[in-house]
Amino acid sequence: MSAIERLTPERAKAATGYFARLARWNVYEILFWLALAGMYFVPNVDLVLMSQIFIWGLFAMSLDILLGYRGIPSLGHAAFFGVGAYVAGYCGKFGWTEPISALVLAMAIAAVVGWLTGKLVQRVTGVGLLMVTLGLNLILYDLVHRSTDVTGGDDGMQGIVIAPVLGLFRFDIFGRTAFWYALIIAFILFVIARAVVKSPFGLALVGARENPRRMIMLGAPVEGDVSRAFALGAALAGAAGALLTQTTQFVSPNTLSFQRSADVLVILIIGGTGRLYGGFIGALVFLILRDWLAAISPVYWYFWIGLLLVVVVSFFRKGLLPSLETLLNRWKPSKADGPTA
Amino acid sequence: MSDMVLETRDLHMAFGGLVIFNCMNFALRRGERHAIIGPNGAGKTTFVSLVTGLLKPKSGNVFFDGRIVTNDTPQQRVKAGMVRTFQINSLFKALNPLESVVLALLERDGKARLSLRSVSAETKLIDEAMALLTQFDLARDAYGLTEALPYGKQRLLEIVLAVALQPKLLLLDEPAAGLSTQQGHEVFSQLAHLSKDTAILFIEHDMNLVFRYADVVSVFAAGALVMQDTPENVRRSPRVREVYLGN
Repeated sequence: MSAIERLTPERAKAATGYFARLARWNVYEILFWLALAGMYFVPNVDLVLMSQIFIWGLFAMSLDILLGYRGIPSLGHAAFFGVGAYVAGYCGKFGWTEPISALVLAMAIAAVVGWLTGKLVQRVTGVGLLMVTLGLNLILYDLVHRSTDVTGGDDGMQGIVIAPVLGLFRFDIFGRTAFWYALIIAFILFVIARAVVKSPFGLALVGARENPRRMIMLGAPVEGDVSRAFALGAALAGAAGALLTQTTQFVSPNTLSFQRSADVLVILIIGGTGRLYGGFIGALVFLILRDWLAAISPVYWYFWIGLLLVVVVSFFRKGLLPSLETLLNRWKPSKADGPTA
Repeated sequence: MSDMVLETRDLHMAFGGLVIFNCMNFALRRGERHAIIGPNGAGKTTFVSLVTGLLKPKSGNVFFDGRIVTNDTPQQRVKAGMVRTFQINSLFKALNPLESVVLALLERDGKARLSLRSVSAETKLIDEAMALLTQFDLARDAYGLTEALPYGKQRLLEIVLAVALQPKLLLLDEPAAGLSTQQGHEVFSQLAHLSKDTAILFIEHDMNLVFRYADVVSVFAAGALVMQDTPENVRRSPRVREVYLGN
Protein backbone atom coordinates (compact mmCIF):
# COMPACT_ATOMS: atom_id res chain seq x y z
CA MET A 1 0.00 0.00 0.00
CA SER A 2 1.51 3.34 -0.98
CA ALA A 3 1.80 6.06 1.60
CA ILE A 4 -0.11 9.26 0.85
CA GLU A 5 1.87 11.43 -1.52
CA ARG A 6 2.05 15.15 -0.85
CA LEU A 7 1.47 17.92 -3.35
CA THR A 8 4.76 19.52 -4.28
CA PRO A 9 4.91 23.26 -5.10
CA GLU A 10 6.37 22.42 -8.55
CA ARG A 11 3.37 20.29 -9.36
CA ALA A 12 0.93 22.97 -8.25
CA LYS A 13 2.75 25.55 -10.34
CA ALA A 14 2.77 23.29 -13.37
CA ALA A 15 -0.99 22.84 -13.05
CA THR A 16 -1.68 26.58 -12.96
CA GLY A 17 0.78 26.99 -15.82
CA TYR A 18 -1.18 24.47 -17.84
CA PHE A 19 -4.37 26.56 -17.65
CA ALA A 20 -2.43 29.76 -18.29
CA ARG A 21 -0.96 28.21 -21.43
CA LEU A 22 -4.42 27.25 -22.68
CA ALA A 23 -5.50 30.88 -22.39
CA ARG A 24 -2.37 32.42 -23.93
CA TRP A 25 -2.42 33.78 -27.51
CA ASN A 26 -0.19 31.82 -29.83
CA VAL A 27 1.67 33.08 -32.88
CA TYR A 28 -0.76 31.52 -35.39
CA GLU A 29 -3.67 33.41 -33.89
CA ILE A 30 -1.85 36.74 -34.14
CA LEU A 31 -0.77 35.96 -37.70
CA PHE A 32 -4.35 35.05 -38.62
CA TRP A 33 -5.77 38.41 -37.54
CA LEU A 34 -2.88 40.33 -39.07
CA ALA A 35 -3.48 38.48 -42.34
CA LEU A 36 -7.17 39.45 -42.29
CA ALA A 37 -6.27 43.10 -41.70
CA GLY A 38 -3.58 42.87 -44.37
CA MET A 39 -6.18 41.92 -46.99
CA TYR A 40 -7.04 45.61 -47.14
CA PHE A 41 -3.73 46.37 -48.81
CA VAL A 42 -3.92 43.62 -51.43
CA PRO A 43 -4.42 45.29 -54.82
CA ASN A 44 -7.83 44.78 -56.43
CA VAL A 45 -9.22 43.00 -53.39
CA ASP A 46 -13.01 42.92 -53.13
CA LEU A 47 -13.50 44.86 -49.89
CA VAL A 48 -17.24 44.26 -49.86
CA LEU A 49 -16.68 40.51 -50.09
CA MET A 50 -14.13 40.73 -47.27
CA SER A 51 -16.55 42.50 -44.93
CA GLN A 52 -19.15 39.82 -45.78
CA ILE A 53 -16.56 37.22 -44.76
CA PHE A 54 -16.00 38.93 -41.40
CA ILE A 55 -19.75 39.10 -40.79
CA TRP A 56 -20.33 35.45 -41.71
CA GLY A 57 -17.27 34.47 -39.68
CA LEU A 58 -18.63 36.23 -36.61
CA PHE A 59 -22.04 34.66 -37.22
CA ALA A 60 -20.56 31.15 -37.53
CA MET A 61 -18.46 31.75 -34.39
CA SER A 62 -21.65 32.57 -32.48
CA LEU A 63 -23.07 29.19 -33.50
CA ASP A 64 -19.82 27.56 -32.40
CA ILE A 65 -20.52 28.62 -28.78
CA LEU A 66 -23.68 26.50 -28.90
CA LEU A 67 -22.65 23.65 -31.18
CA GLY A 68 -18.90 23.39 -30.65
CA TYR A 69 -18.73 24.12 -26.93
CA ARG A 70 -22.12 23.11 -25.55
CA GLY A 71 -23.01 20.49 -28.19
CA ILE A 72 -26.37 22.06 -29.06
CA PRO A 73 -27.15 21.80 -32.79
CA SER A 74 -29.37 24.59 -34.09
CA LEU A 75 -31.11 24.89 -37.44
CA GLY A 76 -32.59 28.24 -36.57
CA HIS A 77 -29.60 30.39 -35.80
CA ALA A 78 -30.58 32.97 -38.44
CA ALA A 79 -33.42 34.02 -36.13
CA PHE A 80 -30.91 35.79 -33.85
CA PHE A 81 -29.03 37.22 -36.83
CA GLY A 82 -32.31 38.60 -38.15
CA VAL A 83 -33.30 40.11 -34.80
CA GLY A 84 -29.99 41.99 -34.70
CA ALA A 85 -30.36 43.05 -38.34
CA TYR A 86 -33.88 44.42 -37.84
CA VAL A 87 -33.07 46.20 -34.58
CA ALA A 88 -30.18 47.95 -36.32
CA GLY A 89 -32.52 48.70 -39.25
CA TYR A 90 -35.18 50.30 -37.05
CA CYS A 91 -32.53 52.34 -35.25
CA GLY A 92 -31.22 53.68 -38.55
CA LYS A 93 -34.69 54.35 -39.88
CA PHE A 94 -36.00 56.19 -36.83
CA GLY A 95 -33.13 58.51 -36.15
CA TRP A 96 -30.79 56.51 -33.93
CA THR A 97 -28.06 56.68 -36.54
CA GLU A 98 -24.98 56.24 -34.33
CA PRO A 99 -23.80 52.75 -35.34
CA ILE A 100 -21.90 51.46 -32.29
CA SER A 101 -24.62 52.10 -29.71
CA ALA A 102 -27.20 50.68 -32.15
CA LEU A 103 -25.05 47.56 -32.47
CA VAL A 104 -24.92 47.18 -28.69
CA LEU A 105 -28.71 47.58 -28.49
CA ALA A 106 -29.15 44.95 -31.24
CA MET A 107 -26.92 42.57 -29.26
CA ALA A 108 -28.87 43.16 -26.04
CA ILE A 109 -32.23 42.46 -27.67
CA ALA A 110 -30.90 39.40 -29.50
CA ALA A 111 -29.49 38.18 -26.15
CA VAL A 112 -32.91 38.42 -24.53
CA VAL A 113 -34.48 36.48 -27.43
CA GLY A 114 -31.67 33.91 -27.13
CA TRP A 115 -32.13 33.59 -23.39
CA LEU A 116 -35.86 32.94 -23.82
CA THR A 117 -35.13 30.39 -26.54
CA GLY A 118 -32.70 28.70 -24.13
CA LYS A 119 -35.42 28.57 -21.48
CA LEU A 120 -37.71 26.89 -23.97
CA VAL A 121 -35.28 24.25 -25.26
CA GLN A 122 -33.22 23.49 -22.16
CA ARG A 123 -34.89 20.13 -21.63
CA VAL A 124 -34.84 19.15 -25.30
CA THR A 125 -31.99 17.06 -26.72
CA GLY A 126 -30.74 15.66 -30.05
CA VAL A 127 -32.98 15.83 -33.13
CA GLY A 128 -35.63 17.56 -31.04
CA LEU A 129 -33.30 20.55 -30.76
CA LEU A 130 -32.97 20.77 -34.54
CA MET A 131 -36.74 20.75 -34.88
CA VAL A 132 -37.51 23.29 -32.15
CA THR A 133 -34.85 25.77 -33.32
CA LEU A 134 -35.97 25.34 -36.93
CA GLY A 135 -39.59 25.84 -35.90
CA LEU A 136 -38.84 29.04 -34.01
CA ASN A 137 -36.86 30.34 -36.99
CA LEU A 138 -39.76 29.66 -39.38
CA ILE A 139 -42.27 31.34 -37.07
CA LEU A 140 -40.15 34.47 -36.84
CA TYR A 141 -39.50 34.50 -40.58
CA ASP A 142 -43.18 34.32 -41.39
CA LEU A 143 -44.07 37.02 -38.87
CA VAL A 144 -41.56 39.42 -40.40
CA HIS A 145 -42.42 38.40 -43.93
CA ARG A 146 -46.14 39.04 -43.46
CA SER A 147 -46.05 42.20 -41.36
CA THR A 148 -45.56 44.34 -44.42
CA ASP A 149 -46.67 47.52 -42.63
CA VAL A 150 -44.06 47.22 -39.92
CA THR A 151 -41.14 45.52 -41.65
CA GLY A 152 -41.62 46.30 -45.33
CA GLY A 153 -42.21 42.60 -45.92
CA ASP A 154 -40.47 41.07 -48.91
CA ASP A 155 -39.23 44.41 -50.18
CA GLY A 156 -37.17 44.94 -47.08
CA MET A 157 -36.72 48.11 -45.10
CA GLN A 158 -35.76 51.25 -46.99
CA GLY A 159 -34.40 54.55 -45.79
CA ILE A 160 -31.91 53.33 -43.22
CA VAL A 161 -29.42 56.05 -42.32
CA ILE A 162 -26.17 55.20 -40.60
CA ALA A 163 -23.99 58.02 -39.26
CA PRO A 164 -20.22 57.92 -39.75
CA VAL A 165 -18.42 55.61 -37.31
CA LEU A 166 -17.15 57.67 -34.34
CA GLY A 167 -18.36 60.68 -36.29
CA LEU A 168 -15.37 60.36 -38.60
CA PHE A 169 -15.65 57.46 -41.02
CA ARG A 170 -18.53 57.62 -43.48
CA PHE A 171 -19.73 54.32 -45.01
CA ASP A 172 -18.51 54.62 -48.62
CA ILE A 173 -19.43 52.75 -51.81
CA PHE A 174 -16.02 51.06 -52.00
CA GLY A 175 -16.57 49.38 -48.65
CA ARG A 176 -13.44 50.83 -46.99
CA THR A 177 -15.20 51.83 -43.79
CA ALA A 178 -17.30 48.67 -43.90
CA PHE A 179 -14.11 46.58 -44.06
CA TRP A 180 -12.52 48.13 -40.99
CA TYR A 181 -15.75 48.49 -39.05
CA ALA A 182 -16.73 44.83 -39.58
CA LEU A 183 -13.20 43.58 -38.92
CA ILE A 184 -12.69 45.55 -35.71
CA ILE A 185 -16.12 44.68 -34.29
CA ALA A 186 -15.63 41.02 -35.21
CA PHE A 187 -12.20 41.05 -33.57
CA ILE A 188 -13.40 42.69 -30.34
CA LEU A 189 -16.27 40.21 -30.06
CA PHE A 190 -13.90 37.36 -30.87
CA VAL A 191 -11.62 38.44 -28.01
CA ILE A 192 -14.61 38.46 -25.65
CA ALA A 193 -15.87 35.06 -26.84
CA ARG A 194 -12.37 33.66 -26.53
CA ALA A 195 -12.08 34.86 -22.93
CA VAL A 196 -15.47 33.30 -22.12
CA VAL A 197 -14.60 29.88 -23.51
CA LYS A 198 -11.29 29.87 -21.62
CA SER A 199 -13.08 30.87 -18.40
CA PRO A 200 -14.65 28.49 -15.87
CA PHE A 201 -17.95 28.91 -17.74
CA GLY A 202 -16.34 27.56 -20.93
CA LEU A 203 -15.11 24.52 -19.00
CA ALA A 204 -18.63 23.99 -17.64
CA LEU A 205 -20.07 24.13 -21.18
CA VAL A 206 -17.65 21.47 -22.40
CA GLY A 207 -18.38 19.37 -19.32
CA ALA A 208 -22.11 19.51 -20.03
CA ARG A 209 -21.47 18.67 -23.69
CA GLU A 210 -19.47 15.60 -22.68
CA ASN A 211 -21.67 14.35 -19.88
CA PRO A 212 -24.72 16.35 -18.75
CA ARG A 213 -25.80 13.71 -16.23
CA ARG A 214 -22.46 13.89 -14.48
CA MET A 215 -22.64 17.69 -14.42
CA ILE A 216 -26.01 17.44 -12.68
CA MET A 217 -24.43 15.16 -10.10
CA LEU A 218 -21.74 17.78 -9.53
CA GLY A 219 -24.55 20.17 -8.62
CA ALA A 220 -24.04 22.24 -11.79
CA PRO A 221 -26.92 24.46 -13.00
CA VAL A 222 -26.93 22.67 -16.37
CA GLU A 223 -30.25 24.07 -17.57
CA GLY A 224 -29.42 27.64 -16.61
CA ASP A 225 -26.13 27.28 -18.46
CA VAL A 226 -28.06 26.37 -21.63
CA SER A 227 -29.94 29.68 -21.39
CA ARG A 228 -26.73 31.59 -20.77
CA ALA A 229 -25.03 29.90 -23.74
CA PHE A 230 -28.02 30.77 -25.94
CA ALA A 231 -27.98 34.38 -24.74
CA LEU A 232 -24.28 34.69 -25.54
CA GLY A 233 -24.54 32.96 -28.92
CA ALA A 234 -27.59 35.04 -29.84
CA ALA A 235 -25.92 38.31 -28.82
CA LEU A 236 -22.96 37.54 -31.09
CA ALA A 237 -25.26 36.46 -33.94
CA GLY A 238 -27.26 39.67 -33.42
CA ALA A 239 -24.07 41.69 -33.71
CA ALA A 240 -23.34 39.99 -37.04
CA GLY A 241 -26.86 40.84 -38.23
CA ALA A 242 -26.51 44.46 -37.13
CA LEU A 243 -23.17 44.68 -38.95
CA LEU A 244 -24.83 43.48 -42.15
CA THR A 245 -27.57 46.10 -41.88
CA GLN A 246 -25.17 48.90 -41.05
CA THR A 247 -22.64 48.10 -43.78
CA THR A 248 -25.32 47.69 -46.48
CA GLN A 249 -27.96 50.14 -45.14
CA PHE A 250 -30.61 47.58 -46.00
CA VAL A 251 -32.44 44.74 -44.31
CA SER A 252 -34.85 42.15 -45.67
CA PRO A 253 -36.52 38.93 -44.42
CA ASN A 254 -33.66 37.15 -46.15
CA THR A 255 -31.64 37.81 -42.96
CA LEU A 256 -33.95 35.37 -41.13
CA SER A 257 -34.26 32.76 -43.84
CA PHE A 258 -33.84 29.05 -43.30
CA GLN A 259 -31.24 29.18 -46.07
CA ARG A 260 -29.09 31.40 -43.85
CA SER A 261 -29.47 29.03 -40.89
CA ALA A 262 -28.36 26.15 -43.11
CA ASP A 263 -25.46 28.12 -44.64
CA VAL A 264 -24.04 29.13 -41.28
CA LEU A 265 -24.13 25.50 -40.13
CA VAL A 266 -22.33 24.46 -43.34
CA ILE A 267 -19.70 27.18 -42.84
CA LEU A 268 -19.04 26.10 -39.27
CA ILE A 269 -18.85 22.40 -40.14
CA ILE A 270 -16.48 23.09 -43.06
CA GLY A 271 -14.21 25.20 -40.86
CA GLY A 272 -14.41 22.94 -37.81
CA THR A 273 -16.28 23.23 -34.51
CA GLY A 274 -15.08 23.93 -30.98
CA ARG A 275 -12.24 26.30 -31.82
CA LEU A 276 -13.90 29.69 -32.52
CA TYR A 277 -11.61 30.07 -35.56
CA GLY A 278 -13.49 27.38 -37.49
CA GLY A 279 -16.28 29.84 -38.30
CA PHE A 280 -13.87 32.37 -39.80
CA ILE A 281 -11.94 29.76 -41.81
CA GLY A 282 -15.22 28.29 -43.03
CA ALA A 283 -16.52 31.72 -44.02
CA LEU A 284 -13.34 32.45 -45.99
CA VAL A 285 -13.58 29.18 -47.93
CA PHE A 286 -17.36 29.30 -48.40
CA LEU A 287 -17.70 32.91 -49.53
CA ILE A 288 -14.63 33.05 -51.75
CA LEU A 289 -15.70 29.81 -53.38
CA ARG A 290 -19.27 31.01 -53.74
CA ASP A 291 -18.07 34.27 -55.30
CA TRP A 292 -15.82 32.44 -57.70
CA LEU A 293 -18.33 29.72 -58.60
CA ALA A 294 -21.15 32.21 -59.05
CA ALA A 295 -19.00 33.91 -61.68
CA ILE A 296 -18.47 30.71 -63.68
CA SER A 297 -21.81 28.99 -63.20
CA PRO A 298 -24.31 31.39 -61.66
CA VAL A 299 -27.09 28.82 -61.49
CA TYR A 300 -25.37 25.68 -60.33
CA TRP A 301 -22.96 26.88 -57.68
CA TYR A 302 -24.78 25.07 -54.85
CA PHE A 303 -23.77 21.87 -56.61
CA TRP A 304 -20.15 22.66 -55.79
CA ILE A 305 -20.90 23.77 -52.25
CA GLY A 306 -22.68 20.45 -51.73
CA LEU A 307 -19.70 18.59 -53.12
CA LEU A 308 -17.35 20.54 -50.85
CA LEU A 309 -19.46 19.66 -47.84
CA VAL A 310 -19.47 15.96 -48.72
CA VAL A 311 -15.71 15.95 -49.30
CA VAL A 312 -14.86 17.87 -46.12
CA VAL A 313 -17.10 15.81 -43.87
CA SER A 314 -16.02 12.50 -45.45
CA PHE A 315 -12.28 13.11 -45.56
CA PHE A 316 -11.53 15.73 -42.94
CA ARG A 317 -14.16 14.56 -40.46
CA LYS A 318 -13.87 17.37 -37.96
CA GLY A 319 -13.50 20.17 -40.52
CA LEU A 320 -10.58 21.96 -42.16
CA LEU A 321 -9.02 23.64 -39.14
CA PRO A 322 -8.64 20.56 -36.89
CA SER A 323 -7.19 18.63 -39.85
CA LEU A 324 -4.71 21.45 -40.42
CA GLU A 325 -3.74 21.32 -36.75
CA THR A 326 -3.10 17.59 -36.91
CA LEU A 327 -0.92 18.14 -39.96
CA LEU A 328 1.07 20.90 -38.23
CA ASN A 329 1.55 18.78 -35.12
CA ARG A 330 2.90 15.96 -37.26
CA TRP A 331 5.44 18.36 -38.77
CA LYS A 332 6.65 19.68 -35.50
CA PRO A 333 8.42 17.42 -33.01
CA SER A 334 5.57 16.13 -30.89
CA LYS A 335 4.48 18.73 -28.39
CA ALA A 336 3.34 17.10 -25.17
CA ASP A 337 -0.14 17.85 -23.84
CA GLY A 338 1.16 19.16 -20.58
CA PRO A 339 4.19 19.19 -18.35
CA THR A 340 5.26 15.70 -17.38
CA ALA A 341 4.74 15.60 -13.67
CA MET B 1 -28.16 18.39 15.65
CA SER B 2 -29.18 14.85 14.95
CA ASP B 3 -26.59 12.16 15.20
CA MET B 4 -27.85 10.71 11.93
CA VAL B 5 -26.76 12.11 8.59
CA LEU B 6 -29.24 10.00 6.64
CA GLU B 7 -32.54 8.45 7.58
CA THR B 8 -35.42 6.96 5.64
CA ARG B 9 -38.86 6.46 7.19
CA ASP B 10 -41.47 4.08 5.83
CA LEU B 11 -40.08 4.33 2.34
CA HIS B 12 -42.37 2.65 -0.16
CA MET B 13 -41.44 2.10 -3.76
CA ALA B 14 -43.05 0.24 -6.64
CA PHE B 15 -42.63 0.07 -10.39
CA GLY B 16 -46.13 -0.48 -11.71
CA GLY B 17 -47.49 -3.37 -9.70
CA LEU B 18 -44.08 -4.59 -8.67
CA VAL B 19 -43.36 -3.61 -5.09
CA ILE B 20 -39.65 -2.95 -4.51
CA PHE B 21 -39.78 -1.80 -0.89
CA ASN B 22 -42.43 -1.70 1.70
CA CYS B 23 -41.67 0.32 4.79
CA MET B 24 -37.95 0.75 4.45
CA ASN B 25 -36.50 2.31 7.61
CA PHE B 26 -32.83 3.01 7.49
CA ALA B 27 -30.38 5.20 9.40
CA LEU B 28 -26.77 6.17 8.94
CA ARG B 29 -24.59 7.94 11.51
CA ARG B 30 -22.28 10.88 10.73
CA GLY B 31 -18.87 9.77 9.52
CA GLU B 32 -19.90 6.12 9.42
CA ARG B 33 -18.52 3.69 6.81
CA HIS B 34 -21.61 1.75 5.95
CA ALA B 35 -21.91 -1.15 3.48
CA ILE B 36 -25.06 -2.44 1.83
CA ILE B 37 -24.94 -6.05 0.74
CA GLY B 38 -27.55 -8.42 -0.61
CA PRO B 39 -28.32 -10.70 -3.53
CA ASN B 40 -29.19 -9.33 -6.98
CA GLY B 41 -32.61 -7.75 -7.13
CA ALA B 42 -32.62 -6.93 -3.42
CA GLY B 43 -33.24 -3.25 -4.23
CA LYS B 44 -29.78 -1.87 -3.33
CA THR B 45 -29.35 0.38 -6.35
CA THR B 46 -33.01 1.43 -6.22
CA PHE B 47 -32.46 2.43 -2.62
CA VAL B 48 -29.46 4.60 -3.54
CA SER B 49 -31.46 6.17 -6.38
CA LEU B 50 -34.29 7.03 -3.97
CA VAL B 51 -31.88 8.54 -1.50
CA THR B 52 -30.13 10.66 -4.16
CA GLY B 53 -33.38 11.72 -5.81
CA LEU B 54 -33.04 10.06 -9.21
CA LEU B 55 -36.24 8.20 -8.29
CA LYS B 56 -39.18 9.43 -6.23
CA PRO B 57 -40.72 7.13 -3.60
CA LYS B 58 -44.45 6.34 -3.70
CA SER B 59 -44.62 7.28 -0.04
CA GLY B 60 -42.39 7.78 2.97
CA ASN B 61 -39.60 10.27 3.57
CA VAL B 62 -35.85 10.70 3.20
CA PHE B 63 -34.12 12.82 5.85
CA PHE B 64 -30.70 14.24 5.15
CA ASP B 65 -28.76 16.23 7.69
CA GLY B 66 -31.92 16.62 9.82
CA ARG B 67 -34.08 17.89 6.98
CA ILE B 68 -36.72 16.25 4.76
CA VAL B 69 -35.30 16.07 1.23
CA THR B 70 -37.88 13.74 -0.32
CA ASN B 71 -39.01 16.34 -2.84
CA ASP B 72 -35.64 17.95 -3.48
CA THR B 73 -34.03 17.56 -6.90
CA PRO B 74 -30.74 15.66 -7.25
CA GLN B 75 -28.96 19.01 -7.70
CA GLN B 76 -30.36 20.37 -4.44
CA ARG B 77 -29.22 17.23 -2.64
CA VAL B 78 -25.75 17.55 -4.12
CA LYS B 79 -25.60 21.15 -2.92
CA ALA B 80 -26.71 19.97 0.53
CA GLY B 81 -23.75 17.57 0.61
CA MET B 82 -25.03 14.26 -0.71
CA VAL B 83 -22.87 12.98 -3.56
CA ARG B 84 -22.87 9.69 -5.44
CA THR B 85 -20.70 7.89 -7.96
CA PHE B 86 -22.03 5.62 -10.66
CA GLN B 87 -21.77 1.90 -11.26
CA ILE B 88 -20.60 2.59 -14.80
CA ASN B 89 -17.86 5.17 -15.18
CA SER B 90 -19.31 8.53 -16.02
CA LEU B 91 -16.42 10.82 -16.84
CA PHE B 92 -15.68 13.70 -19.23
CA LYS B 93 -13.98 12.19 -22.26
CA ALA B 94 -12.67 15.40 -23.81
CA LEU B 95 -11.30 16.78 -20.54
CA ASN B 96 -8.15 15.51 -18.89
CA PRO B 97 -8.25 14.49 -15.21
CA LEU B 98 -6.92 17.86 -14.02
CA GLU B 99 -9.57 19.79 -15.97
CA SER B 100 -12.28 17.41 -14.74
CA VAL B 101 -11.40 17.88 -11.08
CA VAL B 102 -11.00 21.65 -11.46
CA LEU B 103 -14.46 21.70 -13.05
CA ALA B 104 -15.91 19.78 -10.09
CA LEU B 105 -14.35 22.26 -7.65
CA LEU B 106 -15.57 25.27 -9.66
CA GLU B 107 -19.11 23.87 -9.57
CA ARG B 108 -18.84 23.14 -5.84
CA ASP B 109 -17.94 26.77 -5.16
CA GLY B 110 -20.42 28.15 -7.72
CA LYS B 111 -17.60 29.77 -9.67
CA ALA B 112 -18.40 28.46 -13.14
CA ARG B 113 -20.57 31.41 -14.14
CA LEU B 114 -20.19 33.74 -17.13
CA SER B 115 -16.97 35.69 -16.85
CA LEU B 116 -13.97 36.81 -18.87
CA ARG B 117 -11.33 35.53 -16.44
CA SER B 118 -9.26 32.54 -17.46
CA VAL B 119 -9.50 29.38 -15.37
CA SER B 120 -5.83 29.92 -14.49
CA ALA B 121 -6.88 32.79 -12.18
CA GLU B 122 -8.37 30.20 -9.79
CA THR B 123 -4.99 29.18 -8.41
CA LYS B 124 -6.37 27.96 -5.08
CA LEU B 125 -8.80 25.58 -6.71
CA ILE B 126 -6.17 24.34 -9.15
CA ASP B 127 -3.84 23.61 -6.21
CA GLU B 128 -6.66 21.79 -4.46
CA ALA B 129 -7.39 19.75 -7.59
CA MET B 130 -3.76 18.79 -7.93
CA ALA B 131 -3.61 17.86 -4.24
CA LEU B 132 -6.61 15.57 -4.66
CA LEU B 133 -5.13 13.94 -7.73
CA THR B 134 -1.87 13.45 -5.85
CA GLN B 135 -3.69 11.96 -2.87
CA PHE B 136 -5.40 9.40 -5.10
CA ASP B 137 -2.20 8.62 -6.97
CA LEU B 138 -3.38 10.24 -10.22
CA ALA B 139 -0.92 13.14 -10.40
CA ARG B 140 1.13 11.45 -13.12
CA ASP B 141 -1.99 11.07 -15.25
CA ALA B 142 -3.29 14.61 -14.70
CA TYR B 143 -2.63 15.81 -18.27
CA GLY B 144 -3.31 12.59 -20.16
CA LEU B 145 -6.43 11.63 -22.05
CA THR B 146 -9.15 10.48 -19.66
CA GLU B 147 -10.21 7.86 -22.21
CA ALA B 148 -6.71 6.40 -22.29
CA LEU B 149 -6.53 5.85 -18.53
CA PRO B 150 -6.54 2.24 -17.34
CA TYR B 151 -9.89 1.15 -15.94
CA GLY B 152 -8.74 1.22 -12.32
CA LYS B 153 -7.54 4.81 -12.65
CA GLN B 154 -10.83 5.80 -14.25
CA ARG B 155 -12.64 4.41 -11.22
CA LEU B 156 -10.35 6.40 -8.96
CA LEU B 157 -11.02 9.57 -10.96
CA GLU B 158 -14.74 8.88 -10.68
CA ILE B 159 -14.33 8.82 -6.90
CA VAL B 160 -12.09 11.91 -6.85
CA LEU B 161 -14.81 13.88 -8.69
CA ALA B 162 -17.24 12.96 -5.92
CA VAL B 163 -14.79 13.52 -3.05
CA ALA B 164 -13.90 16.94 -4.50
CA LEU B 165 -17.33 18.21 -3.50
CA GLN B 166 -16.50 17.56 0.19
CA PRO B 167 -19.74 15.68 0.77
CA LYS B 168 -21.29 14.93 4.14
CA LEU B 169 -22.44 11.67 2.63
CA LEU B 170 -20.70 9.85 -0.19
CA LEU B 171 -22.68 7.11 -1.92
CA LEU B 172 -20.65 4.62 -3.90
CA ASP B 173 -22.37 2.08 -6.11
CA GLU B 174 -19.92 -0.83 -6.44
CA PRO B 175 -16.72 1.22 -6.40
CA ALA B 176 -14.59 -1.91 -6.90
CA ALA B 177 -16.61 -3.35 -9.79
CA GLY B 178 -14.34 -4.54 -12.57
CA LEU B 179 -11.19 -4.05 -10.52
CA SER B 180 -8.69 -6.69 -9.45
CA THR B 181 -8.63 -7.58 -5.74
CA GLN B 182 -5.44 -5.57 -5.39
CA GLN B 183 -6.94 -2.49 -7.09
CA GLY B 184 -10.11 -2.84 -5.03
CA HIS B 185 -8.07 -2.68 -1.84
CA GLU B 186 -6.22 0.37 -3.14
CA VAL B 187 -9.48 2.19 -3.84
CA PHE B 188 -10.84 1.40 -0.39
CA SER B 189 -7.63 2.26 1.44
CA GLN B 190 -7.76 5.71 -0.21
CA LEU B 191 -11.36 6.06 0.95
CA ALA B 192 -10.37 5.02 4.46
CA HIS B 193 -8.06 8.05 4.60
CA LEU B 194 -10.93 10.48 4.02
CA SER B 195 -11.89 12.75 6.88
CA LYS B 196 -14.59 11.58 9.25
CA ASP B 197 -16.71 14.55 8.20
CA THR B 198 -17.68 12.40 5.25
CA ALA B 199 -19.94 9.43 5.89
CA ILE B 200 -19.68 6.71 3.25
CA LEU B 201 -22.46 4.42 2.11
CA PHE B 202 -21.36 1.79 -0.38
CA ILE B 203 -22.86 -1.13 -2.23
CA GLU B 204 -20.30 -3.88 -2.64
CA HIS B 205 -20.25 -7.55 -3.59
CA ASP B 206 -16.72 -8.35 -2.49
CA MET B 207 -17.16 -9.53 1.11
CA ASN B 208 -13.46 -9.16 1.91
CA LEU B 209 -13.72 -5.44 1.19
CA VAL B 210 -17.01 -5.13 3.06
CA PHE B 211 -15.78 -6.84 6.21
CA ARG B 212 -12.50 -5.01 6.18
CA TYR B 213 -13.61 -1.42 5.57
CA ALA B 214 -17.19 -1.10 6.85
CA ASP B 215 -18.14 -0.09 10.42
CA VAL B 216 -21.74 -1.19 9.88
CA VAL B 217 -23.26 -3.59 7.37
CA SER B 218 -26.87 -3.59 6.16
CA VAL B 219 -28.21 -6.70 4.51
CA PHE B 220 -30.97 -6.19 1.92
CA ALA B 221 -33.09 -9.01 0.58
CA ALA B 222 -36.25 -8.82 -1.53
CA GLY B 223 -36.81 -5.16 -0.74
CA ALA B 224 -36.42 -5.45 3.00
CA LEU B 225 -33.67 -4.62 5.46
CA VAL B 226 -32.93 -8.04 6.93
CA MET B 227 -30.19 -7.03 9.32
CA GLN B 228 -28.08 -4.03 10.29
CA ASP B 229 -25.10 -4.76 12.51
CA THR B 230 -21.33 -4.83 12.82
CA PRO B 231 -19.37 -6.83 10.23
CA GLU B 232 -18.56 -9.56 12.78
CA ASN B 233 -22.18 -10.12 13.76
CA VAL B 234 -23.34 -10.09 10.15
CA ARG B 235 -20.68 -12.62 9.25
CA ARG B 236 -21.86 -14.97 11.98
CA SER B 237 -25.56 -14.54 11.40
CA PRO B 238 -27.41 -17.63 10.19
CA ARG B 239 -30.13 -15.42 8.71
CA VAL B 240 -27.72 -13.73 6.37
CA ARG B 241 -26.40 -17.10 5.25
CA GLU B 242 -29.98 -18.11 4.54
CA VAL B 243 -30.62 -14.97 2.46
CA TYR B 244 -27.61 -15.64 0.30
CA LEU B 245 -27.78 -19.38 -0.02
CA GLY B 246 -31.51 -20.08 0.30
CA ASN B 247 -32.94 -22.65 2.63
